Amino acid sequence: MKINRMRIGLWAVCALCLSAGPAFAQEPAGGGAISNELFTANNMWMLVCTFLVFVMHLGFATVETGLTRAKNSVNILFKNTAIVAIGLLTYALMGFNLMYPGDAGWFGPLKILGFSGFGIGTDAAGLTSAYNPGYTYWTDFLFQGMFAATAATIVSGAVAERIKLGSFLIFSTIYVMLVYPAVGSWKWGGGWLAERGFHDFAGSTLVHSVGGWAALAGVLLLGPRLGKYGPKGSNIRPIMGHNMPLLVIGVFLLWLGWFGFNGGSVLSADPGGISYVLVTTCLAAASGIIGAMLTSWIVQKKPDLSMVLNGCLAGLVGITAGADVASVPAAILIGLICGSVAVGSVMAFDKLRLDDPVGALTVHLVCGILGTLFVGIFADGATNTITGAAIGYTIHWETQVVGIASYALVCFPAAFLIFLLLHKTIGIRVSAEEELKGLDIGEHGMEAYSGFQIFMNQ
Amino acid sequence: MKLIIAYIQPERLNAVKQALYDREIFKMSVTNALGCGQQKGYHESYRGADVEVNLLKKIRIEIAVNDPYVQPTLDGIIAGARTNTIGDGKIFVLDLPECIRIRTGETGSDAIG
Repeated sequence: MKINRMRIGLWAVCALCLSAGPAFAQEPAGGGAISNELFTANNMWMLVCTFLVFVMHLGFATVETGLTRAKNSVNILFKNTAIVAIGLLTYALMGFNLMYPGDAGWFGPLKILGFSGFGIGTDAAGLTSAYNPGYTYWTDFLFQGMFAATAATIVSGAVAERIKLGSFLIFSTIYVMLVYPAVGSWKWGGGWLAERGFHDFAGSTLVHSVGGWAALAGVLLLGPRLGKYGPKGSNIRPIMGHNMPLLVIGVFLLWLGWFGFNGGSVLSADPGGISYVLVTTCLAAASGIIGAMLTSWIVQKKPDLSMVLNGCLAGLVGITAGADVASVPAAILIGLICGSVAVGSVMAFDKLRLDDPVGALTVHLVCGILGTLFVGIFADGATNTITGAAIGYTIHWETQVVGIASYALVCFPAAFLIFLLLHKTIGIRVSAEEELKGLDIGEHGMEAYSGFQIFMNQ
Repeated sequence: MKLIIAYIQPERLNAVKQALYDREIFKMSVTNALGCGQQKGYHESYRGADVEVNLLKKIRIEIAVNDPYVQPTLDGIIAGARTNTIGDGKIFVLDLPECIRIRTGETGSDAIG
């Protein structure tokens, strides 16, 4: 026990030295000067994390392609490709400054909304540790920009195989440009939730549940895919994914991306900080797999690969809120619970006749909420990360609930409204004929697997 | 004995099977096929060039039936497959001179069951 406390003290000293500003995850803090070598190391790590979060887009693309039918693959891939572009460009246009208005940018003292102008740009100080000891202005923009795009791409899986391409792109643009940054500013931009002490280390709420609420709005307004549900009370007719190898590739790419997603949320190359959160991240992913495997084996009689992989992602999303404040046993437990819940949740959504082809509602919405709650449960009263860095406030489970509820109350109605307006004007769902023929032909006039005759009865 | 061959839209297969089950017809053989009738295919394009696709995917069902079951089979297929749009399909009725069950060697109407 003595040795443990000494070690923690040692790392705490190192952590405090390395992160000159308050260690709010994701918030740019004005910093004192640090050595050039250290700043270079920090910035380099943050850029590597940017690459890894970028790779998550490939992960999303392959997961969604694998879990849907071959006749819609071009459409899914197209949506995923477009979202990266839309996410980055809108973030440059106004998202970054909506999310991080800075002290002078808030509209009013409540810090609910703020904006510091269109476009991105910085002075010479933005390229030094004077901007932040962890990264330059440009690294900050790009790293956060990759996060913005991942929030949007969560929706594309849930609405797959029946949404009109144009409507989806318009929705994504509005949602990523306006809603995601505005609600993100509440915590990471230093807004009202940050002042209350809400803790969301890497974005279980800010990214995953924000995407999840939009996905729910889309699923509700679109309706299920044709043929999935019979008349009320009858069996569910599963529409199977066409490529399990792609699904596995995607999930492991996402796990790889999570090294950057969580590792970069330390906001510096602090050895203690990042090495610890990567451990909790991986343990939660592993126990997510095990939890889902056991649950799936018991409930479905034979273990279902897609459920197990959903469980892996569920564990990852679950740990994302508190990877820095969860102990190792807590991380494993969070993964186990999220993975097990994922199995039941997927089936529950089907029972509620909410058609979600990829399990996005389960993984991102349900487990995003759970992960944020778990912070309040497992780290209630904490003022430091496990590796000893001060977080600047005390974690309370009530604050976590307030945070979750506030995102629900804004994100879901906002997404619902946007989808509803699109539904009333240009329509959001493709025609039945096009849905049967496949969106690849209907929306793009091309096939994903030209030369293969893929026969389908749905 | 008759052999009934029907070409239907792929997505109508489940409805046709259900309609046949409702009429106590359980034995059938299903294959994937390409074909077209009055539907002349649809339009694809690839990197600036147009592609003519004129063979569409169909399902071919073959059912061997004894004479009393011919009409119910036809009714069942039509009930399941008809959507009143071009492309619903066609049914051919052929005379079947002989039928043998491999396992037992039964022939004729007994083999069809």
